[in-house]
Amino acid sequence: MTDATIHSTPVDTRASASPGLVDGPRGAKPKRAISPRNVFIYGTLLLVSIYYLLPLYVMIVTSLKGMPEIRLGNIFAPPVEITFEPWVKAWATACTGLNCEGLSRGFWNSVRITIPSVVLSIAIASVNGYALANWRFKGADVFFTILIFGAFIPYQVMLYPIVILLRELGIYGTLWGLILVHTIFGMPILTLLFRNYFTTVPEELFKAARVDGAGFWGIYFKIMLPMSLPIFVVAIIIQITGIWNDFLFGVVYTKPDVYPMTVQLNNIVNSVQGVKEYNVNMAATIITGLVPLFIYFVSGKLFVRGIAAGAVKG
Amino acid sequence: MTSVSIRDLTLKFGSLEVLKSLNIDIDEGEFLVLLGPSGCGKSTLLNCIAGLLDISDGQIFIGGNNVTWSQPSERGIGMVFQSYALYPQMSVEGNLAFGLKNARMPKDEIASRIARAAEVLQIEPLLQRKPAQLSGGQRQRVAIGRALVRDVDVFLFDEPLSNLDAKLRAELRVEIKRLHHRLKNTMIYVTHDQIEALTLADRIAIMRNGIIQQLDTPHEIYNRPVNLYVAGFMGSPGMNFIEGEISGAGESSFNFATTQIPLARYPFAQADRPNKAIFGIRPEHVSCGAAAVDEPFSIDVEIEVVEPMGADTLVWAVLDGKEFRFRVDGQSPLHAGQTVRIGFDPAKASIFDAVSELRL
Repeated sequence: MTDATIHSTPVDTRASASPGLVDGPRGAKPKRAISPRNVFIYGTLLLVSIYYLLPLYVMIVTSLKGMPEIRLGNIFAPPVEITFEPWVKAWATACTGLNCEGLSRGFWNSVRITIPSVVLSIAIASVNGYALANWRFKGADVFFTILIFGAFIPYQVMLYPIVILLRELGIYGTLWGLILVHTIFGMPILTLLFRNYFTTVPEELFKAARVDGAGFWGIYFKIMLPMSLPIFVVAIIIQITGIWNDFLFGVVYTKPDVYPMTVQLNNIVNSVQGVKEYNVNMAATIITGLVPLFIYFVSGKLFVRGIAAGAVKG
Repeated sequence: MTSVSIRDLTLKFGSLEVLKSLNIDIDEGEFLVLLGPSGCGKSTLLNCIAGLLDISDGQIFIGGNNVTWSQPSERGIGMVFQSYALYPQMSVEGNLAFGLKNARMPKDEIASRIARAAEVLQIEPLLQRKPAQLSGGQRQRVAIGRALVRDVDVFLFDEPLSNLDAKLRAELRVEIKRLHHRLKNTMIYVTHDQIEALTLADRIAIMRNGIIQQLDTPHEIYNRPVNLYVAGFMGSPGMNFIEGEISGAGESSFNFATTQIPLARYPFAQADRPNKAIFGIRPEHVSCGAAAVDEPFSIDVEIEVVEPMGADTLVWAVLDGKEFRFRVDGQSPLHAGQTVRIGFDPAKASIFDAVSELRL
């Protein structure tokens, strides 16, 4: 009780009396649920979502229907009788040309192409970016300009020269040939990404590490790498989706038995023999797109953080 | 014994000379402060001593060894940075151990050194924390600790207190001084804050445009600045400068407008005196009121503005048409518009050649 009386004693002698509140607006301003602003914002968002989600919906429902049901022509109608047959067929038995192993072979080819390409390109590009950002070696600017220039040359220009190059190296038509191509073509954008990220690391940190006796690799592995998880996630996502979705290099630089999934998908969908099995085609397409989709969902938050941190500044 | 010796050090970025043949000898255990405005080359000089910048010409000796071409880690230096530069992913202990691990030091030796440094800096409870969990003052202590554990001869400080708030800065300043008394290492300290320079230094080097203007004790630099630049740079509020003429040989005086200041008590450095000169007197060397009458020179001034600053009050006045500042006690009842008698001893003044700007 004594406590309460002590607390109620005004401490500030000048503001001894409260001026009191008058009628009128007070406190937080009330918000209306349905205002023109909200209608506009949510309406736009809804419209855009439908625009993007409707095709996906059509694909999923079609892939779950049997052919007789598809022939009825109601593409928006949900399947009356759900069947997973098209999925199984797309994965295991769909035919491309002579062999009928479905997408499974292409899937494993794509995995065998993507993983080494992603690892190699990121490993090299991160060291490139680190060297360009922190070790101002002679000719660094020229090197960087050339590299950036490389990012703007259309791929078509280089297609044939690279065919010759790979042939001379003896790896034309092999998985490793394609891996090399992906590694090289990932270099400009990835190096730029890493360089821009590493330049945001305070220079004094780098100096302190040098005074502490760490060398080029010591600073890279012990100081820079642990600090740059977000940018590595961004690079991994960019590379996985880019290489997984690649069609052009896959079709040009490999042979049928090492075709990546995208090329195989194209062959299944475009095969001219027999009836067009829309349900199998839809299932095959979704299967092919699952990997990038999965990557986005898993790493969404990290991705946004990394993009913001390593944004290409103009 | 000389600890650090810089001989004819020159640094060029392209055609731009950032440091121009500097020569400094720093004694063992000396606390040298490099002081100057931003862009004067003081941090650059420190980076050159640390080996973080390759120099264009000259030599650097540390502990008697020519380290001109040595790596930073081989020079026997420890460095403390303005932004602390702690490795964010390592604990405090990891930060302290990093340099020692790079030197492949045995584990028990590392542990004992960290324990000693932590005790000296009173950061023992923080050893397992990450830098992000520390306050600014604690971070700077860890940064000092990182130099401390390496048991180096020379400590380099690059504006270590500039990121701290005023109160903490004053505390850590004293602590650095205490540390210096205790360790007796050579310390080279870069700052743009003259209070830090005056309080910490055994000697101060005032730099401007890559040239050392004056290298001397704080007392000497404050009382006998060698040129107009040093006189204006040191001291806050700055020295009063009055342009005028010197007349007479023996019983000479400094004349401007209608005023004559007798210079009989001023210790001229050389006999020949130019006609045009600049007279400088520090606001704190001016007395006011009753005390002014006893000074060798006194005059009436009109007060324009009074700036109370707590402990003392700065008065802006007009002395024979010239702006003139002086410092009085904080309890002084002076107010704007008042006319008051001020006086000073010309022996405490500094007079500079108006052309060469050198001290006379």
